[in-house]
Amino acid sequence: MRISKSAKVVLASITSLILTVIYLPLLIVFLNSFNSSVNMDWPPSSFTLIWWQKAFSSTGLIDALSTSLLVAACSTIVALVLGTLLAMALSRYKFYGKNSVSLMIILPIALPGIVTGIALNNAFRTMLGFQLGLATVILAHATFCIVTVYNNALARLNRMGKNMEEASADLGAGIFTTFRLVTLPQLVSALVAGGLLAFGLSFDEIIVTTFTAGGGVQTLPIWILDNMFRPGKAPIVNVVAVFMVIVSIIPIYFAQKLTSKETKN
Amino acid sequence: MALNSGAKVGSEEIRPTFAHRISTVLYSKPKLRLRLLLSAPVIWLGLVYIAALLALLITAFYTVDSFTGNLQPGFALTNFISLFTDSLYSAVTLRTIGIAVGVTIIDVLLALPIAFFMAKIASPKLRGVLVISILMPLWASYLVKAYAWRSVLSNVGIFAWLLRPIGLDTPGYSLSGAGITLGYLWLPYVILPIYSSLEKVPNNLLEASSDLGSKTWGTIRRIVFPLILPGIVAGSIFSFSLTLGDYITINIVGGANQMLGNLVYTNVGVANNLPMAAAIALVPVIIMFGYLTAVRKTGALDNL
Repeated sequence: MRISKSAKVVLASITSLILTVIYLPLLIVFLNSFNSSVNMDWPPSSFTLIWWQKAFSSTGLIDALSTSLLVAACSTIVALVLGTLLAMALSRYKFYGKNSVSLMIILPIALPGIVTGIALNNAFRTMLGFQLGLATVILAHATFCIVTVYNNALARLNRMGKNMEEASADLGAGIFTTFRLVTLPQLVSALVAGGLLAFGLSFDEIIVTTFTAGGGVQTLPIWILDNMFRPGKAPIVNVVAVFMVIVSIIPIYFAQKLTSKETKN
Repeated sequence: MALNSGAKVGSEEIRPTFAHRISTVLYSKPKLRLRLLLSAPVIWLGLVYIAALLALLITAFYTVDSFTGNLQPGFALTNFISLFTDSLYSAVTLRTIGIAVGVTIIDVLLALPIAFFMAKIASPKLRGVLVISILMPLWASYLVKAYAWRSVLSNVGIFAWLLRPIGLDTPGYSLSGAGITLGYLWLPYVILPIYSSLEKVPNNLLEASSDLGSKTWGTIRRIVFPLILPGIVAGSIFSFSLTLGDYITINIVGGANQMLGNLVYTNVGVANNLPMAAAIALVPVIIMFGYLTAVRKTGALDNL
């Protein structure tokens, strides 16, 4: 198939146009966080640091940030434990219902967030009798974070094979010793990558959170949603938005780096 | 397992600790080991999450006592009937499906040229850069991206500033604004599967086609398109299902317009009608299930 030069040029320009459009909105949020106009008039007539100052001195915002970090940290820990257990079970054993278990792990992320959201809302309130609050958000986030840890751990365990573990057992190590000295050291970078992804996923999540947080809990995304429509608050929302992009990109960048380094080896 | 049972090694006797005993028991019983590994996650995912989903399914057939506001268990199709007969519900359902179809078509049309350029024209080095630039925005928060479009579409935003001088105007916070934003949000999800299916199309197949006399367009239509169809369908699954379940974007950039998600939200909250919310939430699930069954034959599901 011959592609004419003009066709190549057209395709190249479409590609660069689309890429520009992909980055433009994020760039505008960044610039608007310094825009001195409260209504974010475009183009900005002058720049200011006042919104950044206000954002960092807002106690509601700092509280929301610490809530978000706490939720992300706790749900990552729960996801790490459950995801590792599942990955070990599914990589090392054959059993009846294996496919259903792996479907069950993907389901919370495959179904629309709103379905997971009201299902858990209903389960927490009516089936389990919990009050919606911090704990329910953490449990809900852990539910859809398991899959990232599980995927990373499973891939690693499958690549590792059983030889080392069997050698360890043959040399007399018990189950816990083998896990601690043989399995875990090989697994740890995959767990870090999976954990970082889980952290980023939880930190950004909004839909399931709105259904499981109840009135008293405000995560950073909920803070954004609450303040977005308030007059005069929008410029600070820009600051938080920039901050959120940075906070969610850093862990995912490292996770990506860890996994790509490993596939090269 | 000599060490664990406390036998002599050399001259030193190892006393079996509690952990050693557990280890010994577990070692000899692989089934018990498997059960212990699985119990905690399966109790959580199976007994809470799957049970919650099933409960949701059942609740959709319940009704709410309009006087006391209590749930009335039973098997009533009332909620599903009002989905189709109540003019608000049916209008919103149709609108949501319409937006999902529109967003999907636009995303596929935009994704095809960029994926083709990436897979078949760009040099390997440029290709790597492009893949990363497409992936990067996926990592930025979905809420932030929807919010970003709020400033782009605003009356004093960059769209108004760019378009007014040429006699056009920003679509503002409207259905088309929401459509643009949703299309933007899911575009990378559509580009990537199409790109990876294009990458797998062997170049010599394209050369053979042109050697045998086919024009470029004929090759695209008869060779490339059938081969990348699974990738296109895989991409469309993302944009279609993500749009069906969305309710945040329409709130942020859709003005007063509603999608299915909004109805779910108000029925859970303000209206306190969980059965109705459950019935509405099942609509995207049922549509997606139908769509997935319909496209299974294309092999798209292996491209996800």
